[in-house]
Amino acid sequence: MRKVRQQTMAGGLSVLGLMLLWTQPASAHVQKGEAVGLLTGFLHPLAGMDHVLAMVAVGLWGAQLGSPGIWLLPVAFPLVMAMGAMLGLVGMRLPGIEYGIAASAILLGAAVMFELRPPLAVAAILVGFFAIFHGHAHGTELPPGQNALLYSMGFVMATGCLHAVGVGIGTVHRWPWGQTLLRFAGAVVAVGGVFFMWKALP
Amino acid sequence: MKNLATSHLPVYATVACAVVLCPAPAHAHLNSMGMGPIFDGIAHFLMSPEDLVPVLALALWTGLRGASYGRRALFVLPGAWLLGGLLGLIASATNGSAVLSSIWFLLLGGLLVVNAKLSLHVTTALAALLGLYHGYLNGTGMGASGSTAVALLGLVFAVFVLVALAAAFVVSLRAQWARIAVRVAGSWIAASGLLLLGWAARKG
Repeated sequence: MRKVRQQTMAGGLSVLGLMLLWTQPASAHVQKGEAVGLLTGFLHPLAGMDHVLAMVAVGLWGAQLGSPGIWLLPVAFPLVMAMGAMLGLVGMRLPGIEYGIAASAILLGAAVMFELRPPLAVAAILVGFFAIFHGHAHGTELPPGQNALLYSMGFVMATGCLHAVGVGIGTVHRWPWGQTLLRFAGAVVAVGGVFFMWKALP
Repeated sequence: MKNLATSHLPVYATVACAVVLCPAPAHAHLNSMGMGPIFDGIAHFLMSPEDLVPVLALALWTGLRGASYGRRALFVLPGAWLLGGLLGLIASATNGSAVLSSIWFLLLGGLLVVNAKLSLHVTTALAALLGLYHGYLNGTGMGASGSTAVALLGLVFAVFVLVALAAAFVVSLRAQWARIAVRVAGSWIAASGLLLLGWAARKG
């Protein structure tokens, strides 16, 4: 048994020695145009729970509303969000961004919780209004040295995927227990919004 | 059955030996094949989202409009790209404008998301314009030499293949939700264009 251990140790040391002798460049620096911009943009909206809750709630609400709301809301949100980001990029200030984001989680969560069915235009305007806050908060945060286009694409794709998660969960709406579950999920989103509003208050 | 199988074994072995005894150069390296620039062109297109995404948007949109639209884009876009590229090769170097790139994203993403019912002539003109503009930019960026013209061919080939695959895929879609998912992709493209426009405005 001891001999086997010694042999394993010798083998391991030999491999380690070979690895040390066979050095490769680390390539650890981010360069413009690399896919890391896409990854950074994709991970950015996932990093904040306030954004995640609101974006999933858009998908949940769309699923409750059914066609055409199920696809109209997730289409409206990224477009208006990008407009919000553009406002930030050109230097236009937006007051109370954190309050707007927290309010979006509260109101969208409440809409899911009470299964509100306003006219589609009203729902789209509400979702679009809050999307401006989310876009303004996120869109302007491009880390230095990264490709703006790839970052933007990753950012938009992640937002769309969060809506898709909401729509996917919302497919349980066809069953009575699923409707109850969605209302509960809406309540969770609204409570999360209240928490973030409380945190945002001075 | 077993005898039949074993009786073929010497034949297979002889063929295998003959193949092994007649080695030929593998030509596995791009230098010896002469295909290097072709792959450069293909890789350039696949690694450049500012080229790739508008082409994808056009292919998805024409696919949604039907087979005749997809077919028109399939031939007009690569043709115009090649023409623009050749013009660019003999022109002086020009830098692409981020604003114009973002406008292509917005325009084609917008057309896709609303599934715009434009005529075949307008669609053809759009495909030609897109091809000429991006081909010209690619051409000026490459500079004039024998291998860059070959790289341009590789790039045009990649455009052709992408349009063929994406448009044919969308034409074949019958489920309503799948066609809507394609239009949602258009909203993502348009939103990316808006963001790019914002970055360009800030930089400018």
